Amino acid sequence: MTGAAQPGRTSGPKKRRLPTMTNATAAAPRPSAGPVEGSALSLKDLTVAYVPGRPVLKGVSLDIADRSVIAIIGPSGTGKSTLIRAINRLVTPNSGSIHFQGQDLARLRGRALRAARCRIGMVFQEYNLVERLSVMENVLSGRLGTLPVWRVWLRAFPKRDISRAFDLLDQVGLAGFAAQRADALSGGQRQRVGIARALMQDPDLLLADEPTSSLDPKTSVEIMELMTQLAGQRGVPLIVNMHQVDLARRFAHRIIGMSGGHVVFDGPPDTLEDHHLHQIYGGEGWLT
Amino acid sequence: MADLSRTPSPSDARDDGLRSSWLARLGWLALLAYVVYALSILNFNVARMLAGLANAAELLGRMFPPLFSRADLRELMFAGLLESLQIAVLASAVGILVSLPLGVLAARNLMPAWLSWIARGVIMLCRSFHPIIVAILFVKAVGFGALAGILALIVASIGFIAKLFAEAIEEISLKQVEAVRATGAGFFNMLIFAVLPQVNARFIGFATYQLDSNLRNSTMVGIVGGGGIGGTLQAAFGRFDYDFVCAILITIIAMIMIGEILSQRLRAIFL
Repeated sequence: MTGAAQPGRTSGPKKRRLPTMTNATAAAPRPSAGPVEGSALSLKDLTVAYVPGRPVLKGVSLDIADRSVIAIIGPSGTGKSTLIRAINRLVTPNSGSIHFQGQDLARLRGRALRAARCRIGMVFQEYNLVERLSVMENVLSGRLGTLPVWRVWLRAFPKRDISRAFDLLDQVGLAGFAAQRADALSGGQRQRVGIARALMQDPDLLLADEPTSSLDPKTSVEIMELMTQLAGQRGVPLIVNMHQVDLARRFAHRIIGMSGGHVVFDGPPDTLEDHHLHQIYGGEGWLT
Repeated sequence: MADLSRTPSPSDARDDGLRSSWLARLGWLALLAYVVYALSILNFNVARMLAGLANAAELLGRMFPPLFSRADLRELMFAGLLESLQIAVLASAVGILVSLPLGVLAARNLMPAWLSWIARGVIMLCRSFHPIIVAILFVKAVGFGALAGILALIVASIGFIAKLFAEAIEEISLKQVEAVRATGAGFFNMLIFAVLPQVNARFIGFATYQLDSNLRNSTMVGIVGGGGIGGTLQAAFGRFDYDFVCAILITIIAMIMIGEILSQRLRAIFL
């Protein structure tokens, strides 16, 4: 289960799980230290700098296993969001690789990049719903990567997609809300729509960028429960950025602590101790 | 000691953020000075206005009662009016259709800089001249008649709608766009689902306003030979048939008012 276990002979990317993805760039040479077998996502030396010479993310390497909930904690401005956004390439990394289903996402462009994004669902801090569209339209926008323009223009979505969207709305607890406009919903309801939209993609990986930071404590727990439960049912790994350490402890199988663009803690929640938190956030007064 | 003398005392250094820039003040002063100067050389004074008022009173006197009774003139008037209406509707329709893609191309937050600058150049060109000048150019180019008027108003519509549409797009929330992009949507699907919903209402507002404005302008292009009721109006002026002029003016007012009501209805439906 470690990278050293398979030296060099990783040239069989088609054997990876999840055969749904067409492997357009499978021929691209893989770095010698290939992804760990059984890991859904493998980051290697990922570096992102918005301003040249001042990287926000400084050579982060991570292996994410299937079916796990990973919480990334750390102070504001430490590169948590950048890390998540680099995975689905809303942010372009300066160097390093992101291996996902036999492809290096860091090198994808155009059509291949969009195809890869279709497999990765994302939930946002401020929900990022299209406010003036209906709840149904927002959920269905999870299918936009796979539908031709004329269907989207005419709102002629396949019946199968529409009934799946209804199912998803049931599952996130918004049955009966399909025809409402997104801007008529409360924060918690909007985030549920955001989750349904991400699941509508039928993703192989779920990313959530501070999904509970704009919500009250009770709703935060409900949203985390919903996300971990739905991701667990589908066997999809879930990577969540968050500020609330208690929520991370409660829901994650693994916690990654970041500070100053580096990973400074990586382990199961029960091994996260005060001195780690001190290292991640600095200061001590807030811990008591 | 040297350090102390270099740092100014806090009360001097703090910027309270209240002062407006001296450049802006200078600008206002310059504007005031120019208005005074312009008034002094333009012979804009009370005596001249009073003399003008007397002329105006005579003109008004000859306008009333408006001449609606002669059947041949009435026919002439309604034919012109109908043509104006057609000019306005056609020019609006084509102008709006062209403005949609042009506005998207000109939006700097969606397009690469070189492309948006080209689109902006086209829009700027359409805006540089008053419709009447464009109408004169088209009358010279394609001859007298409605076609010239339509073309002139298309240009005016593009200049207005495409510019405002591009600005509306530049003000959208990119978070919504980002979320749709993250689903793997291509450019056009993103446009349809993330951009257009955010600007639809404003676009319809611009379009109905332009339809209004084209209705008014369509009565004007005729004066330079671009077809419509403007030609009839000018002929009536030329023959000093002020009572007929008055009839035409009243009809135009009625048409504009009806147009206004219709476009308000239209807005109510879509917004």
